[in-house]
Amino acid sequence: MNLAGKKITVHDMCLRDGMHPKQHQITVEQMVTVARAMDEAGVPMIEVTHGDGLGGTSVNYGFPAASDEEYLTAVCKEMKNTKVSALLLPGIGTVDHLHMAVDCGISTIRVATHCTEADVSEQHIGVASQIAGLDTVGFLMMAHMIEADELVTQLKLMESYGATCVYITDSAGYMLPDHVTDRVALARKELKPETELGFHGHHNLAMGVANSIAAVAAGANRIDGSMAGLGAGAGNTPLEVFIAVCDRMGIETGVDTFKAMDIAEDLIVPMMDEIVRVDRDALTLGYAGVYSSFLLFAKRSAAKYNLSSRDILVELGRRRTVGGQEDMIEDLALDMAREAGTI
Amino acid sequence: MGQKIKAAIIGPGNIGTDLLVKAMRSEWIEPVWMVGVIADSPGLARAQELGLKTTADGVDGMLPTMREDGVQICFDATSAYVHAENSRKVNEQGAVMIDLTPAAIGPFCVPSVNLEEAVAAQAMNVNMVTCGGQATIPMVAAVSRVQAVSYGEIVATVSSRSAGPGTRKNIDEFTRTTASGISSVGGAAEGKAIIVINPAEPPLIMRDTIHCLTVDEPDQDAITESVHAMIAEVQKYVPGYKLKNGPVFDDKRVSIYMEVEGLGDFLPKYAGNLDIMTAAGLRTAELYAEQIISGAFVPTSTAA
Repeated sequence: MNLAGKKITVHDMCLRDGMHPKQHQITVEQMVTVARAMDEAGVPMIEVTHGDGLGGTSVNYGFPAASDEEYLTAVCKEMKNTKVSALLLPGIGTVDHLHMAVDCGISTIRVATHCTEADVSEQHIGVASQIAGLDTVGFLMMAHMIEADELVTQLKLMESYGATCVYITDSAGYMLPDHVTDRVALARKELKPETELGFHGHHNLAMGVANSIAAVAAGANRIDGSMAGLGAGAGNTPLEVFIAVCDRMGIETGVDTFKAMDIAEDLIVPMMDEIVRVDRDALTLGYAGVYSSFLLFAKRSAAKYNLSSRDILVELGRRRTVGGQEDMIEDLALDMAREAGTI
Repeated sequence: MGQKIKAAIIGPGNIGTDLLVKAMRSEWIEPVWMVGVIADSPGLARAQELGLKTTADGVDGMLPTMREDGVQICFDATSAYVHAENSRKVNEQGAVMIDLTPAAIGPFCVPSVNLEEAVAAQAMNVNMVTCGGQATIPMVAAVSRVQAVSYGEIVATVSSRSAGPGTRKNIDEFTRTTASGISSVGGAAEGKAIIVINPAEPPLIMRDTIHCLTVDEPDQDAITESVHAMIAEVQKYVPGYKLKNGPVFDDKRVSIYMEVEGLGDFLPKYAGNLDIMTAAGLRTAELYAEQIISGAFVPTSTAA
């Protein structure tokens, strides 16, 4: 595989996806410290929001240490070169949140839906695409759940609403490199040549780096990851590792490899409440195809109702739950506990 | 059986047709008009077969004769974007508008919570909030009538097949209107609404989670009793409104897990989200009809 000379854009998720393992408690000060280091290392894009995107603050997903507005305002004004993005899930956040984030100084908005439901993003992508200079991205989650052709149909819907970049998102960390290659290659072939194409991986089967390289080889030019993998489940594609691999392969990211390693080791790992790794439950997410941010919810319900978190996660996969259904977890745990005769 | 009040349904889609099937059984409402915009729509054809007058020219097609046809109640099952115009036109003709869109021009009505109050206000336009609002606001109210609720949050999960193009294009209106109803009708100081669309096959039955944060320690027995009593009220018009789990108490959090199965009149049973909307709309219209028949309320033209 010769990818030497290929230029890609990496996008760090520590300050958004990383909010999941931190239960949304990253402080404004920590965000600013990490963001400055990313800027200094040459990371071109970082995402900053509640883990579930703008407006995610809730009983269902967790109340954060500060508001999206506070995080975004504090980070955006400190950035010299790094661009800041925000995530928005229609059904959770609204166009009002989008305008707020733009006022805070974001350069990119990423509108995310479940892989079969792109049409709920029309309102938000439409509005975003009319805002001058705003990079508008459509983001299809749980992309392993449908075949490549169906996925491309949905990506093209987002493109038709005005997205100038679309993402294939392996929210469950379920995909293997061949799945990524099939989906990315078909998307690259069918989308407009000027539409950018991204891949967002999770490391639940430890395939984050391999999948991201497969995505680049098949035509993706934006790759999400997070330093030290700080993200939901077993984390995102560990970005410092991916950058080092790109460096070896001659893929140009523009990021200083050693500085990336230092951010991971010196800033991110010390922030972790628990080391983000492929533990039994995170592995189950990848194995059973379950939304990565369900991890801590399943662990908590398992502890509360004396159940196996793996059993809960497997059942959530069997029921084909989608991102956002965190409320299902306690409900299911209660059913399972009743069946087991423990409540 | 005595007198019935004549009604028109605007919007012959899935919701309008399901409403028609329910209204045909009503002791108080007699559907006489179905209004659409597409001449060969199956919904108009079905309404015609059932003996209703139909038009494909929108509300304008019914306006010239609606007074002489005796229409006093209209249901709008179209979209938030066209609702205001529809409402203005039928109000001018002296008919009350029951709004099933999330336009929310008129006061909210969630029958199990504020039906008498809403109808007693004699508004010429009453809004049915949203499907998620109909399914969850009764539970917020069940908690808030026991003790103060500082924050009410709902998560409505609906099957992909039951989320029509209107809901999809209007998803922000859903979250805003529902949140507003959680506070104004549900009685929470602050409201938040989340909607999740799930494409699983076979389609999942509508699920709703209601989280309330109480100001003081929750009175567990009183809240549990209130929740069960409120469920019985909703079941009078939506028999498939069921408590799955809870109330769960965790410090000041009260969580209630519900499932809403529809009657399966025209819409499939899993689409409890749509069924609860049509059932609530009809229930509201029936109370208006009772008031009109008893002479307590005389709908009057709002024309200048």
